[in-house]
Amino acid sequence: MTTKYSEDHEWITVDGDVGTVGITDHAQSQLGDIVFVELPEVGSAVEAGTDAGVVESVKAASDLMTPVSGEITETNDALEAEPSLANSAPTGDGWFFKVKLSDTSELDGLMDEAAYKAFCAD
Amino acid sequence: MSDAQDPAEELKTTPLDALNRELGGRMVPFAGYAMPVQFPAGIIAEHNQTREKASLFDVSHMGQLRLHGESAATALERLVPGNLEGLKPGRMRYSMLTTDAGTIIDDLMVTREVGGLFVVVNASRFDADLPHMEANIGSDVEIEVLGGRALVALQGPAASAALADLAPDAGAMPFMSSLALSIGGIDALVNRSGYTGEDGYEISVAGADAEGLVKKLLADERVEAAGLGARDTLRLEAGLCLYGQDIDDTTTPIEAGLNWTVPKRRREEGGFPGADIIIDQWENGAARKLVGIRPEGRAPARTGTEITLADGTPIGMVTSGAFGPTIGGPVAMGYVRFDAAETGTKLELQVRGKGNPAAVADLPFASHRYFKA
Repeated sequence: MTTKYSEDHEWITVDGDVGTVGITDHAQSQLGDIVFVELPEVGSAVEAGTDAGVVESVKAASDLMTPVSGEITETNDALEAEPSLANSAPTGDGWFFKVKLSDTSELDGLMDEAAYKAFCAD
Repeated sequence: MSDAQDPAEELKTTPLDALNRELGGRMVPFAGYAMPVQFPAGIIAEHNQTREKASLFDVSHMGQLRLHGESAATALERLVPGNLEGLKPGRMRYSMLTTDAGTIIDDLMVTREVGGLFVVVNASRFDADLPHMEANIGSDVEIEVLGGRALVALQGPAASAALADLAPDAGAMPFMSSLALSIGGIDALVNRSGYTGEDGYEISVAGADAEGLVKKLLADERVEAAGLGARDTLRLEAGLCLYGQDIDDTTTPIEAGLNWTVPKRRREEGGFPGADIIIDQWENGAARKLVGIRPEGRAPARTGTEITLADGTPIGMVTSGAFGPTIGGPVAMGYVRFDAAETGTKLELQVRGKGNPAAVADLPFASHRYFKA
């Protein structure tokens, strides 16, 4: 399993051709207290770099972008019920959705952990 | 207050800028100033701290003025619908500058002093307020801008005990009163008022003394620093209007539900800008009204969200909306058509192409807990 990162501050961990997507610790820290998430429909098609849902903090609403294209296979019901999981466990229980990748080569355009850390430091 | 900000413009800083950064404040542009939107605890924790114990807010961006002259109260009454002549020295009142159309130039806090008035206005409106006052206040009143002073708000149920440890006379001050006090040796003008719905104080001090005062107050274990994010959720739960969102120069005090700010004598005598319109609306009602709104689900409704009836008929717009930590769900305020302003009226909030069910709710969402002697 490999984990990659997008410039929109999502992470994706890929197992076979299914990726689990969430927001990074940096993203949750910038957003502040997350109070509402709107997740994509299971079975819907998403396109890399476009919005697949909504993340709302106390102050503001932000688009949730998907780092890869494909079909949504599962969403995190626990996160919908308890959006603060995205703050307390952004890379664990606070994941957003699983997506069956339609083009695994899209992963090559994402950053590895070292590159993402450098990206955030800029 | 408005967030509008030209990025090329240099941000102004408050006398507490260095301390705000040292405390880990996340600084954002607000009304031309670099202000802390939150500290490391986060907006919800800071909000709850204020409801449960006490928080300290830097609100030094707000404009502080002194109107000198024995006739200052009478002179300012020509610009506001409030009763200032009836204000005793040491007492304060909420009022607003109005236009000839009866709309609001700015809302302000006015404290009667011996020989004049102390006035606090919004940072975002300072540049509109000052020329308006200078042009219309008359020659008997001299306006002094108290630049370089700091203003901090100590808010919450423990505020009184915390301040009284340093300034014993603060504890017995009535709500909406003002006293010059020494706070642990620092000279300050202390007003028992605030913008959170809780008991508390707004304290004006010389800029050079601000950091020392704040450190004394934060040394109390009941008091923590809080930012403008928590201030906004607190005031929204308390049903208090924010200039630039809930009220502005297109809304009247009556539309905003601020009828109580236009007392009987001013309605009978008039003599303030827009008096005909405001008095007519006071007596006969306005075409729209600012109401509290409770969305049914978890999705917050933000400023600018369209409000419709259940059948899709547009009847208004959300002016403030957020997650209310004390309420434990989304809360909002907005203008609706007068015939949809009754508490319990079913509404729909048009959020991202969906009509989310909501209902008109009583304000405030969280009961005011002001000090009663």
